[in-house]
Amino acid sequence: MKDEIQARILKKSKESYQEVWGKSLVIFCTLLICMLVISIFVFITSKGLATFFENHASLKNFFTQSTWNPNMSDKNGKPLVGALPMILGSFGVTLLAALIVTPFAIGTALFMTELSSKKVRNFLQMVIELLVGIPSVVYGFIGLNVVVPFIRNHFGGSGYGILAGATVLFVMTLPTVTSLTVDALKAVPKHYRQASLALGATQWQTMYHVTLRSASSGIYTAIIFGMARAFGEALAVQMVIGNASLLPTSLLTPASTLTSVLTMGIGNTVMGTVGNNALWSLALVLLLMSLFFNVCVRMIGRKDK
Amino acid sequence: MLENEIITTKNVHLYYGQKEALKGINLNFKEKGIHALIGPSGCGKSTYLRTLNRMNDMIDNVKITGDIQLNGQDVYDEKMDLVELRTRVGMVFQQPNPFPFSIYDNVTYGLKMAGVKDKNILDEAVETSLKKAAIWDEVKDDLKKNALALSGGQQQRICIARLLANSPEVILLDEPTSALDPISTDKVEEMLLTLKDDYTCIMVTHNMQQASRISDTTSFFLDGNLIESDTTKTMFLNPKEKQTIDYLSGKFG
Repeated sequence: MKDEIQARILKKSKESYQEVWGKSLVIFCTLLICMLVISIFVFITSKGLATFFENHASLKNFFTQSTWNPNMSDKNGKPLVGALPMILGSFGVTLLAALIVTPFAIGTALFMTELSSKKVRNFLQMVIELLVGIPSVVYGFIGLNVVVPFIRNHFGGSGYGILAGATVLFVMTLPTVTSLTVDALKAVPKHYRQASLALGATQWQTMYHVTLRSASSGIYTAIIFGMARAFGEALAVQMVIGNASLLPTSLLTPASTLTSVLTMGIGNTVMGTVGNNALWSLALVLLLMSLFFNVCVRMIGRKDK
Repeated sequence: MLENEIITTKNVHLYYGQKEALKGINLNFKEKGIHALIGPSGCGKSTYLRTLNRMNDMIDNVKITGDIQLNGQDVYDEKMDLVELRTRVGMVFQQPNPFPFSIYDNVTYGLKMAGVKDKNILDEAVETSLKKAAIWDEVKDDLKKNALALSGGQQQRICIARLLANSPEVILLDEPTSALDPISTDKVEEMLLTLKDDYTCIMVTHNMQQASRISDTTSFFLDGNLIESDTTKTMFLNPKEKQTIDYLSGKFG
């Protein structure tokens, strides 16, 4: 009798086997994802650095020169990989778009969380989700047919350029920034607003001095996420930016971004050549920038605690 | 209306949608002193308190009838300015709710919203308010500290200081110590006793001992009705109504 009980206790049950199996499955999935991320990083880094190590392009020229013609060499025999126009173009459209999107997103989010009725809020929520769902090629198409002619007719130039790109990106990032801002505002405890009103502040004062201030780090995060999205957007920007790898002299002259050069060039280069490696270098810059955006978001989140 | 009655309420009914939460309250408060509102959960005492500075206005679907006057002025008059009303009738909530800002910014908030910019006035208000709220000695060295880093009891006293900076006439307290430990509760009670000479304090409390310890008058609410109201001494020693006797002796609660 005693032995029987002992044997039953010491024997592994079906559930404990399931436990081991379940744990291993989860760990396997996690490892796979980690492997994927690491290999992407290693791959892009090695490819991106090949331009400088194998093809002996100068790193300084990459960031400071403005001639992008990887298949040609300069007088020192180094490939012409001046990425400054694209880097400036990318930052230009991103910052400009962020500048336009921030007030609109905060305004919309405040209206949704503080002023509107539940019905209106749900409707707006639906509109925003719909905006997220529209494919970027459609945004680009609209940009090409509406924004570019509009800019051409009202501001002059060809219409293509940073202004057109930023306008399209403004519309594309608006839903992201707005919905993240809404989340940030919703996370502000109700009792802050109550306390403010009870102290004789008006609703507007409460929104401005308490709600926005308490949600500030969440709002910064929203803007940075929007900028990350804008920085990485390729197709729609490529359709309206003009794709000239020239140093942008104004918001109205054709320009290019890291992503637009990448999408344009991918089909026209052969793996292993200078031209192809140079594109990987651009991809590496994009990767590092998105890493930078992520770190920013992390830092803001940590400061909050 | 007697000369020294600061708040008078006549036949106050309040409906949340179809539900009648206050069923005709007639209650007046004399100037100064601490007035306790007691009763079991859901009896309407907090709801009643919130009608006095119109904090119920924010809730959808609320209908209030009756007459509520502050210094003879109808609180629910269409022309009543909520900003003015709420600076004169301040409120302390159950959960300490300082803003996630510095102590200094918390205390000056009301004044700044009212347009006071002079740094000398603000500095002075911070010191006097924090002193009145009996927390000056604990925080004076670090007014830039985030108010959320303080203990619950300290936070509650910051909230009271923040309200005192507005120089109100009436202070509404909605179970101000129920989220605090006994020692913090003690400090808040002591402070309230020093405030009652200058301000009219109306306090909702769950804690009958607290009402008997610090209040001058006590009103007993049950089921949306005001059962009895008298000086605290009479209420606790010689209550007239059977329901009051039953509640005070712990037969229900």
